[in-house]
Amino acid sequence: MNILVCISKVPDTTSKIAFTDNNTRFDSSNVQYIVNPSDEWYALVRALELKEQLGTGKVSIITVGLAEDDAIIRKALAIGADDAIRINALPADSFFVASQIAEYAKTQDYKLVLTGKETIDYNNAEVGGMVAELLGWEFITPANKLDVESDKVRVESELGGEILVLEAPMPVVISAAKGMADQRIPNMRGIMAARTKPITVVEPFNVAPLVAIQKFEMPPAKAGVKLVDPENMEELVRLLHDEAKVI
Amino acid sequence: MSVIVFVEANKGLIKKNGIEGVVYGKRTASPVVAIVCGEASADQLVQLGEYGADKVLHVNQAVTAPSAVDIMSQAAEQENAKWIIFPFDNTGRAIAPRLSARLKAGLVSGALGVPEADGTIKKNVFSGKAIAAVTIQTDQKIIAFSPNSVGLQRIGGSATVETYSPVIKSSSINNIETRQLEGDIPLPEADLVVSAGRGMKGPENWGMVEALAKSLGAATACSRPVADAHWRPHHEHVGQTGVAIRPNLYIAIGISGAIQHLAGVNQSKVIVVVNNDPEAPFFKAADYGVVGDAFQILPRLIDAVKKFKSSQN
Ligand SMILES: Cc1cc2nc3c(=O)[nH]c(=O)nc-3n(C[C@H](O)[C@H](O)[C@H](O)COP(=O)(O)OP(=O)(O)OC[C@H]3O[C@@H](n4cnc5c(N)ncnc54)[C@H](O)[C@@H]3O)c2cc1C
Ligand SMILES: Nc1ncnc2c1ncn2[C@@H]1O[C@H](COP(=O)(O)O)[C@@H](O)[C@H]1O
Repeated sequence: MNILVCISKVPDTTSKIAFTDNNTRFDSSNVQYIVNPSDEWYALVRALELKEQLGTGKVSIITVGLAEDDAIIRKALAIGADDAIRINALPADSFFVASQIAEYAKTQDYKLVLTGKETIDYNNAEVGGMVAELLGWEFITPANKLDVESDKVRVESELGGEILVLEAPMPVVISAAKGMADQRIPNMRGIMAARTKPITVVEPFNVAPLVAIQKFEMPPAKAGVKLVDPENMEELVRLLHDEAKVI
Repeated sequence: MSVIVFVEANKGLIKKNGIEGVVYGKRTASPVVAIVCGEASADQLVQLGEYGADKVLHVNQAVTAPSAVDIMSQAAEQENAKWIIFPFDNTGRAIAPRLSARLKAGLVSGALGVPEADGTIKKNVFSGKAIAAVTIQTDQKIIAFSPNSVGLQRIGGSATVETYSPVIKSSSINNIETRQLEGDIPLPEADLVVSAGRGMKGPENWGMVEALAKSLGAATACSRPVADAHWRPHHEHVGQTGVAIRPNLYIAIGISGAIQHLAGVNQSKVIVVVNNDPEAPFFKAADYGVVGDAFQILPRLIDAVKKFKSSQN
């Protein structure tokens, strides 16, 4: 059973966020890039665990991005993916990205397409659902646990205070969230092996994006913390009621 | 050109996020048509008029995400919808992107407010560290708004209510079991959240945290290392790699305020930090701070909340 894991390149969680060109572009100078955490920790690691369990099939990763993204592709390969596909384009919007992934997936025989729940840069949580729609497959989000039994998946999904246990036939698109797996640190062997694993570069097909970012701004700054005497918690309660009006 | 709003109802109750969606819709354009999916009482359906709905279309059966995509695409056509509104919660995340791809209508997820005069829609990016102004290039536009971004406001109108029976294809996803999560109040929807970190030293000390949450009627949450160490269940983990929340009040006890933690909670309206280290980074993001030992402060705070609550009755 072959699994496709969609990975996205995002700034390291500690990056300083800044913009250039009159606040129209993300300033990538001095930014370290990583694989989006939910793609790597949850989707990719669970895909590898399933492959190890089943003893057959391969785990491929796909990213829509330019040649500079090969560095994070190698990182995902070092964790254990078998091969990689890079659709050679700047990700214009979620629909563009999803269209490229779906177009590629149609030519292959994946039973499972995994995405992360959302990226930590644009926080869209859109690509997975769009890929499912474009492929005409079912879509499950969020998936906090994932198991495969013959031709079905069993997923636990936390929704509004409940855990739903869902079963769906494959092929299916699943958006991976916390709980699904634990982070794996690549070892030396993995890193060496990743150097020679194949990255297939595919040229994009023409799709018009549906949305466009016009400008960025910084959120309004906090007024500063008001310290309350630790002996006087009545005062804190009073402030929360009278001043902040939240209780 | 109308606005249609996806409103979820469950076990007879209309979800707060859906009511907020109606308010959001009303501020965006009119007429506003609320598509209520799930069991709901007649009173509740009529009440949506007070929040701005002109018409309510009620799909009176349990609705799964795949069928909601069918329902919303047919409703969009019938009502000639220019705007389609969802809450950006887990249900919205399961439906809105599919609908966007089906209708080829641009989607903005995590909108912070209604569209601006220049047509841009503001949304959070970089986990709350910045805001982007986004335009939708297509005529038909889908917005998934961040819960609590416009709030609930009655404007006192009235709505007609109709039963709606669109064609729903059967889904091959089966819900074979449903379990209740621990805790009375689901975290992603909670207005008040009490959260604790490694400063609590061990799971045996969570009684105090739960007591404070209970006295306030708040949900409980925790930092990632606490969930990783299995002191608390995974679904309580908030932050960049856990649940992102934006309650009215977030109380953080013994949490240092690492950037990845802040990314999931910095949208909270009011933040209270309790930490014995005055240099803890969390104080920079806080509205109210208490410097001191949580083990001494918590019992006092619980008492003060209880006193306040009984004075309110
Ligand atoms: C890629 C990545 C993603 C991550 N995602 C997340 C995430 O989603 N969520 C998350 O939470 N973390 C996340 N982290 C981890 C994060 O960096 C921090 O390590 C974590 O948030 C720290 O948890 P903590 O504040 O509970 O513990 P600590 O950093 O150990 O802080 C404990 C705090 O308690 C205080 N304290 C100690 N004793 C007392 C006392 N008696 N009374 C009062 N205060 C006391 C201390 O002063 C300290 O500030 C992520 C890290 C990485 C690298
Ligand atoms: N450029 C990309 N290439 C491949 N997969 C992506 C890309 N962007 C997003 N994804 C996948 O889609 C998921 C959701 O992303 P988003 O909709 O952008 O929040 C991510 O966690 C990835 O798994």
